[in-house]
Amino acid sequence: MFLEVNDLTVDFHTEDGVVHAVDGLSFEVERGSTLGIVGESGSGKSVTNLAVLGLHNPETSKISGSIKLDGKELLGASRSTMERLRGNEIAMIFQDPLTSLSPFHSIGAQIAEVYRKHKGASKSAAWDRAIEMLDRVGIPQPKVRVDHYPHQFSGGMRQRAMIAMALVCDPGLLIADEPTTALDVTVQAQILDLLRDLQEQSGSAIILVTHDLGVVASTAHDVLVMYAGRAVERGTMREVLREPRHPYTWGLLGSMPSLAHPVDVPLRPVRGTPPSLINVPPGCPFHPRCDYMELLGREVCTGERPELSPHRGHGDACYLPLKQKAEIRARAAGKETT
Amino acid sequence: MTEKLLELSGLEKHFPVRGGSFIKRQVGAVHAVDGLDLVVHEGETLGLVGESGCGKSTTGRLAARLLEPTAGTISYRGADISHASRRALKPIRSEIQMIFQDPYSSLNPRHTVGSIIKGPMEINGIDPPGGREARVRELLEIVRLNPEHYNRFPHEFSGGQRQRIGVARALSVNPKLIIADEPVSALDVSIQAQVINLLQQLQRELGIAFLFIAHDLAVVRHFSQRVAVMYLGKIVEIADRESLYEQPRHPYTHALLSAVPDPDLDAPPRERIRLAGDVPSPINPPSGCRFRTRCWKAQDKCATEEPPLVRLDGNRDGHLTACHFPEDQATAGKDIVLDPALKD
Repeated sequence: MFLEVNDLTVDFHTEDGVVHAVDGLSFEVERGSTLGIVGESGSGKSVTNLAVLGLHNPETSKISGSIKLDGKELLGASRSTMERLRGNEIAMIFQDPLTSLSPFHSIGAQIAEVYRKHKGASKSAAWDRAIEMLDRVGIPQPKVRVDHYPHQFSGGMRQRAMIAMALVCDPGLLIADEPTTALDVTVQAQILDLLRDLQEQSGSAIILVTHDLGVVASTAHDVLVMYAGRAVERGTMREVLREPRHPYTWGLLGSMPSLAHPVDVPLRPVRGTPPSLINVPPGCPFHPRCDYMELLGREVCTGERPELSPHRGHGDACYLPLKQKAEIRARAAGKETT
Repeated sequence: MTEKLLELSGLEKHFPVRGGSFIKRQVGAVHAVDGLDLVVHEGETLGLVGESGCGKSTTGRLAARLLEPTAGTISYRGADISHASRRALKPIRSEIQMIFQDPYSSLNPRHTVGSIIKGPMEINGIDPPGGREARVRELLEIVRLNPEHYNRFPHEFSGGQRQRIGVARALSVNPKLIIADEPVSALDVSIQAQVINLLQQLQRELGIAFLFIAHDLAVVRHFSQRVAVMYLGKIVEIADRESLYEQPRHPYTHALLSAVPDPDLDAPPRERIRLAGDVPSPINPPSGCRFRTRCWKAQDKCATEEPPLVRLDGNRDGHLTACHFPEDQATAGKDIVLDPALKD
């Protein structure tokens, strides 16, 4: 397995108390495949990625567990090791390309710098590489555009330039944190297609963080649904979207209007709001918002915390038996058609 | 047939662009809205979709007369209000209300929820039976917030709850028309659905007309009876919901619909249309048809002649399209990839 994250826990110490941003998270990503991490704001998606990149401040955060890239342990690795890996083996694409590119340096200089630092290439070789990368991500007239500054690029172009920069060293792992949230749909479709094409060419592993299940359906091979810093469901994209098992995943799917849904059926949102990560509800963190708690009784859902089960394949963290869930789903589907 | 509530015709709004080092002269203009016709009927929901920079928010602000148009007319219930004075607008203000996108910046952090919701009633001199405070508590209950929270401040609420406060404020003066500018796009998915359901219920129960501005085509489809698609300051297609989503005739509408990623794996496969590039600048919009620079059907005629917004053969009443070479059923199902980086 290329990336293996085991029992990752990230806590932040703040004035209000300890924020349990990520709590016992495990997942794996293979080369050439895309893992979609889905969740709402505050579910711990971004914190997880920053941990993989080793970007958390050790003075304010406490990280435990294990993150292995190609067999090497990253947690506790030295600063220089992480610096060698970042941009080289692990690259990141951020949500907002305008704030993550330097306004004072040309696009070409920013891409070439990464290549020179990690590959020790000469100035002119790195510059040629920058032009080649801009061409690969579909920026027209790359020889001219390489001299331009970020403000001369449109939003979609900037995101392409970011992708060019992230891929310049052929990283094994690419982390894309909401890469298309700030973009319009037509541009979003271009960027998602581009990521898929580039992955086919390079065979990188991709972690795609998003809140949009539509984006997951069009790009991810596997899915991890996060809630309150924990994984509540894991499986292949088809398993999770076709036969979702966790009530929270049901809620997410029920919340999203789809172009294929009948128009007059009201949305079925999750009630309430996500919990505070300082006082995470005991047991299943989703129980205060769950409609099915009475089926098992309060003691079960607020007792011991449910783990993802089964251990391999399609699993979810919920005590409700699968058979009962299938019945609930069937009843809901029946109601929708009548 | 229901009556016309709001009518925008030939509407234009240009924002000056100034340049020069010492003396700031006008060097150009952003053609945010550039010749737009739109009617909102009583009690209906009209969705307005388009990508960022297409002028949909400016249209919303013009419709609420928060902005004065450069040219064209805005009429409300038959009366021309395009250049009406503050005083003349006063009686209309309470009938047209707005809900804003950002629930953080659209509520005054120093005011309590009670005084925020009471504000419009005070300004418009409305005295509901039972007093304003009772009405505020009633409104809080309508938007499913706890009336006990009357004296709390906005920072004590989550994003979804704040958006409900914004909705309660808009409802406080019993408006006939609510202009909702991206009311759910700043909210998380599960909260988004709660607010959509609330707005939909209010629309049904109170019969308020909505101009629902959003970029999310699935949300607009869910909420609106009629939908208008905007591109660079103009309406390129407008139709009832079924016609627009089932039989789009404008290539841009078609491209937009095919770009929406759908979580429903059982949905029938849609064609894949990938436009090249981004929306051109509204400072120098392309001549003729504005979409021609990204359109796969563009011909010489498109650069010289601006296509009028008309009903095409075989379309339902009220389905208007502005295109010289509209899509027909035969082209559906074909993939069109213009993006040079996507080699298939």
